[in-house]
Amino acid sequence: MTYTKGQAFWLVLLRIGIGWHFLYEGASKMLDPSWTSKPYLIDSQGFMSCFFEWLAAHDDILLIVDMLNEWGLSLIGLSLILGLFSRLAAVAGALLLFLYYLSHPAWPGLDYVYPQDGNFLIIDKIIVEMLALMVVYVFPTSHIAGLARILPVKN
Amino acid sequence: MGKQHKDQSKHKLSRRDVLKGLVAVPFLGALGWGVIRQKFHYQNLNRNLLENVNVHFPAGIPGLVPGKKIRIGIVGFGSRGNYLAKALGFAHPDAVDQWKELAAKDDAWKAHYNNFMDQDDLNAEITAVCDVFDVHAQRGIETAANIHRNGRGGNMGKVPVRYRTYKELVAAPDVDAVIVATPDHWHVPVALEAARKGKHIYCEKPLSWTVPETYAIRERVKDKGIVFQLGHQNRQTDSHHAARSLISQNVLGKISLIEVCTNRNDPKGAWVYDIHPEAGPHNIDWEQFIGPAPWHAFSLERFFRWRCWWDYSTGLSGDLFTHEYDAVNQILELGIPHSAIASGGIYYYKDGRTVPDVLNMAFEYPERDLTLLYSATLSSDNDRGKTIMGHDAYMKLGNTLVVDVDPRSTRYRENIEKGVIEPGKPVLTYVPGQDQVDAVTSATEQYFAGRGLLYTYRGGKQVDATHLHLKEWLNCIRRDDGCRPSCNIDMAFEEAMTAHMGTIAYHENRKVFWDKDNERIV
Repeated sequence: MTYTKGQAFWLVLLRIGIGWHFLYEGASKMLDPSWTSKPYLIDSQGFMSCFFEWLAAHDDILLIVDMLNEWGLSLIGLSLILGLFSRLAAVAGALLLFLYYLSHPAWPGLDYVYPQDGNFLIIDKIIVEMLALMVVYVFPTSHIAGLARILPVKN
Repeated sequence: MGKQHKDQSKHKLSRRDVLKGLVAVPFLGALGWGVIRQKFHYQNLNRNLLENVNVHFPAGIPGLVPGKKIRIGIVGFGSRGNYLAKALGFAHPDAVDQWKELAAKDDAWKAHYNNFMDQDDLNAEITAVCDVFDVHAQRGIETAANIHRNGRGGNMGKVPVRYRTYKELVAAPDVDAVIVATPDHWHVPVALEAARKGKHIYCEKPLSWTVPETYAIRERVKDKGIVFQLGHQNRQTDSHHAARSLISQNVLGKISLIEVCTNRNDPKGAWVYDIHPEAGPHNIDWEQFIGPAPWHAFSLERFFRWRCWWDYSTGLSGDLFTHEYDAVNQILELGIPHSAIASGGIYYYKDGRTVPDVLNMAFEYPERDLTLLYSATLSSDNDRGKTIMGHDAYMKLGNTLVVDVDPRSTRYRENIEKGVIEPGKPVLTYVPGQDQVDAVTSATEQYFAGRGLLYTYRGGKQVDATHLHLKEWLNCIRRDDGCRPSCNIDMAFEEAMTAHMGTIAYHENRKVFWDKDNERIV
């Protein structure tokens, strides 16, 4: 796949920008020893809320959920920034975001205790970031700017 | 892409390839630098705000003092008696079955059921039960016999003896200690008799119904050297320990006003309890219920909703203000106030009750230069919590604890000017279960802390405060070395006298004073 200079520039920047966000989300959770996804899960609404509340109610499961979040976010972010296995990371990231959306869908009539920065109806920033990740997936750039350019791997 | 990939492995990498391949380096560098800066910024904030402040927390769940099994008699097996039995480790088999059924469908009930099943064994047994209502007495017997926490059909233990009168119960040789969970007008008569027989006492709040009996019970408990605990389980609440520790280190500055409140808004909260469908003169010992109270013809309403009448109750002051007062006394050791004024009325529940459903009281402590304000209504759920107001900061206290710096503070002025402290944002937040006080609390925690969505924990484990309070009492009994529980008879005396001052001020519509030298309300 070949891009114009402008296409390549903005696509690489999009990949790295999303990677940055993921890596910082993961790192800040790892650096805060008291962080847990429990309150976020308890706050879940919509048709999947039972499932997320169930996750929150079991300490052993919660421990796994917390670890998956911390490591998942960090590794996806790192991979997108580095440009290494970034297509896999894009799909994994989109999937993770979709789970966040399912736990807190921006549907009319649902109110959350969690603060929200903006006004959303059905489409919120999580969905937009998820769609952007799918763009990253179908327009790969790691072979242009990323470790995949110098390492003998598929991007 | 595949072709290009092959090309790359064939050709030697150019300088351009390497530069573009390592595009991540400057970004990762910048991100790493940002993360470290951020972390340092938070650490710095924590250090500046918490300089020289050490918060004391109870060290986990206290262990059980070894010794013989303590044999308990319970006088009064109504809703509070049932709750205390549960905190001791005894629940009625029907209740266990019901919890099990609910637990299968609902996670909150599952936690409730598991907490009860996992609750520590206190090495105590209930050997005697007394209640003037046959249905309650029978339920008490069945509850006490359920030593293995089983449902119906499960293995039960020895059935305790039901006594018709409290005098027979406290005289029983197989009763070492007595729990008093009767209506208010019976607290002291039962406790006096128990103390006379040298039995240890756990008495529900408030300590007393009248002023004179308050002196009598204090004297007898001290004379007999028994272990006495008043049922203010707030003494075990983690956030209260943290508050005490923070205030003793002058985090709030000079405290001038403390505001405590009661807000309820449902009939049960206003003491309009259900009347048992099987109850009647045939199974209630009405004469014994009346006891020291003025005579009144048999009334199911008065029997089940006794808190609505001064004849048996101590009203808002004795029933609900005492919770707030004891918490403040635990944190600040205020003691009995110098004076009290009160006002209020029956404004919502025009159901024939004699106790007010709105009550406001102000207690002055000139020696401490502060006022304790109480404000209550039984017809609004606007939960105002407790606020302790100091010149430098104010503290809001519930299960969680939040300290906000006052914008006009002298102590924190420098840090406010430097921008280290932002007034209006909490500088200290304590969330139960976290076992640390954090100056920089995440938005998440603040939101949840303020909405009570987090549970009360002790050392990371959810525990019933009443269970801990009973344990402290039983531990003191077993230790047998003159140890006194946290809500001992002196604390109870202060609690009762303060509440009585408020009630007298309300009844007589005047300012009431405490004569400290003669220990008299004047």
